Amino acid sequence: MSEVKNTLTVNNREIEIAGERNLLELIRKAGIDIPTFCYHSELSIYGACRLCLVEVKGKGIMASCSTKPEPGMVVQTDTKAIRNMRKINVELLLASHNRECPTCQRSANCTLQDLARKLGVKTVRYKQSIKGLPLDTSSPSLVRDPNKCVLCGDCVRVCAEVQSVGALDFASRGANARVVPAFDINLADGECVNCGQCAQVCPTGAIVAKSDADKVWEAIYDPEKTVVVQVAPAVRVALGERFGFPTGKNVARKMVTAMKMMGFDQVYDTCFAADMTIFEEATEFIERLSSNDSLPMFTSCCPAWVKFVETYYPEMLPNVSTTRSPQAIFGAVARKTLPAKLGIKPENLVVVSVMPCTAKKFEAQLPKFSVDGRRDVDYVLTTVELASMIQSMGIELAELEPEAFDMPLGFSTGGGVIFGATGCVMEAALRFAVEKVQGTSLTQIDFKEVRGLSPRKEATLEVAGKMLRIAVVHGLANARRLIEDIKSGKAQYDFVEVMACPGGCVAGGGQPITHEEGFRSKRAAGLYDTDKDRQVQKPQDNYWVDQCYAESFGGRPGSHEAHTRLHTTYKNRNQIFDAKAPIMHATSDDAPTICVTLCTRQQNCPGQKLLGMIVEFVKANGLTEKVNIDAAFSSRPESDGTIAVTVGDVVIPRSDSVEAMFKVVKQAIESMLAVK
Amino acid sequence: MQETMETTQAMIDHLAAVNKILEKYNYSEAKLVPILQDVQAVYKYLSKDMISYVATSIGVPPSRVYGVATFYAHFSLQPKGRHIIKLCDGTACHVKKSHGLLNALYEKLNLSGDKRTTSDLMFTIETVSCLGACGLAPVMVVDEEVHGQCTPEHAVEIVEQILAAEKAANK
Repeated sequence: MSEVKNTLTVNNREIEIAGERNLLELIRKAGIDIPTFCYHSELSIYGACRLCLVEVKGKGIMASCSTKPEPGMVVQTDTKAIRNMRKINVELLLASHNRECPTCQRSANCTLQDLARKLGVKTVRYKQSIKGLPLDTSSPSLVRDPNKCVLCGDCVRVCAEVQSVGALDFASRGANARVVPAFDINLADGECVNCGQCAQVCPTGAIVAKSDADKVWEAIYDPEKTVVVQVAPAVRVALGERFGFPTGKNVARKMVTAMKMMGFDQVYDTCFAADMTIFEEATEFIERLSSNDSLPMFTSCCPAWVKFVETYYPEMLPNVSTTRSPQAIFGAVARKTLPAKLGIKPENLVVVSVMPCTAKKFEAQLPKFSVDGRRDVDYVLTTVELASMIQSMGIELAELEPEAFDMPLGFSTGGGVIFGATGCVMEAALRFAVEKVQGTSLTQIDFKEVRGLSPRKEATLEVAGKMLRIAVVHGLANARRLIEDIKSGKAQYDFVEVMACPGGCVAGGGQPITHEEGFRSKRAAGLYDTDKDRQVQKPQDNYWVDQCYAESFGGRPGSHEAHTRLHTTYKNRNQIFDAKAPIMHATSDDAPTICVTLCTRQQNCPGQKLLGMIVEFVKANGLTEKVNIDAAFSSRPESDGTIAVTVGDVVIPRSDSVEAMFKVVKQAIESMLAVK
Repeated sequence: MQETMETTQAMIDHLAAVNKILEKYNYSEAKLVPILQDVQAVYKYLSKDMISYVATSIGVPPSRVYGVATFYAHFSLQPKGRHIIKLCDGTACHVKKSHGLLNALYEKLNLSGDKRTTSDLMFTIETVSCLGACGLAPVMVVDEEVHGQCTPEHAVEIVEQILAAEKAANK
């Protein structure tokens, strides 16, 4: 008997099967780019778009994405019938698609446009039938245009599978099918964390970053205003892709030249603020470590992660570092130091950020990052918006002479530069913390254990006789698994870094969309190479940050001034969807809410008694007009009968004794009202 | 204190049935459709609170449960009346002037267009495509009772009988 060869035939050529999960992967490996909408190698297989059709001898026409390669298969990727079907499919999609292509953010970078061109679709034979559905512009980060949606479900799956959020899903069916948040509410009102990974996988312009470019142009053209801009680390290794540079090429210096030509008065570097973040965050970590307080400490740089933990794990908020993100720290430093330095009136200073991120737009508009109604960061642009703005001026980036960032907020160490890749906030913090704890100068500054793209990176380091357990995760589903492991006691750490986007900020929701293999590693490599070239690599060696502390922030990290302007507080966003019953509501809208969760699976839940005591207390102290009281009802298995109480943004630790909890609740109410 | 306890106890009592259903299906995500069917059978429709409650209880995003609830025509997100009138508008019934019945009932119950449930939540009218009883066309099913070869006058009469029975029961 002859041995069965592990090969199959594609378009009359023999191809070896080497563990490919499906025919599509194998065919693409053979150099034939089969069109797809709904297939993403990192997501589950959906088989909905019917574009990857191939003909398998003896079986007929099948979707290659959901067909397993088998030895001896005879596959044709292009027959008359398949060609016709693909064309019809694309025409049908175009018929129900808003075809205002020239004005679409995704024009020239749109899979639908691309396919129509490649397949030679010259006319659409079907009647145009757009439903004229309203745009969802509620979110500060993203805009959803249902009239451009092709129902491929990529956003649905990335949100549920990679981020474990599930802010979007299909609703209804047939001609009425649409991708929407639960109950058709606005995106901003649900559990969306603004990470923008949906916009990254969307093949059309149905979900795009909300643009602030026009407002920035307005500010630039206003002669009264001095417009300063900060650029995040990950931007410089991705911007070049839009100008023909290889992926991961650091174009920071040419970018500075371009931005000066655009009319920005000062071009600064977020990496400076990243160094400063490390001063604060690592100092905070050392304090927590020595007092064994709220460990593990989680990093707080990523606003999507912060919103995630606020929404799903408010009881973990005390573990999140209170240090502001680099963007927010830059904003605070700029407002405090620049008016005097630049000799301008404070109200004429406009602070712009360029970020690889859509969630940074959300972060910048949070009221806690405003002083007297003035935002620390006025506008946030994504990398893609900056590229478009440069292109709109006709600037050829490659042709420009390089320039340096403006000083002093343009100076940074290698530690600040690497901030944009997964593991790098941890690495930079370790460069600072390990040296401080050991008290001797650090010679080996690379912490390679935390680099790379594995879903969870763990290491144990010996620092001054103590074992330091660290972990790094990226992708919120990975973060969720890690938190569940911590809660169940399966894992213990001292310090955890979380970035919401897989790969970190280099693959953020505001970055150029690419389908290039290994783009995350390539962009990260661009940052690591820059770090290597720096003469100063440890954040603590940033002289200008020291200066900044000396002049404006109390002389040292963790000072009173630093705490007021460089640290923050978090909000409890839990229970958005819980069944609730209002118990007492104040007439004013801004009264904080006390919410007691009652377990519905338990007879005589002690929460009822506690709720009664809280109501009595509020009435007896004449606070009925100052707070709201809600009862929430939950049957969540993990709550196993213990009560969860939130007072404003504070989650009251669980306890077996109702009286003990009531005491803590009373204190929390008093301190909440005292702050107000 | 007493008042608060009453409010929360009322809600807990209200949720007792859904808890029993969730228990029966072991809080399994895979049993979402039967869970929703049972919930609708008890509560008559799927309210926003109920969808959220089921979603958070079985640990799936509310958007997913909303998606399932809106996918199947069987599920209703609007409150339904105590009495459901299913009016067949399949080919045979249509030819036998089923729309005459519909118009008569709409007029009697003060309904129109998409408003298919009376304001007092007493009646809901649903048109269905075929009840499989074409020999009796036009057919109307009120609650579980089939009325064949129905006339507009008879349809109104049935409604009036139910109203009278409800009135008597409330006395």
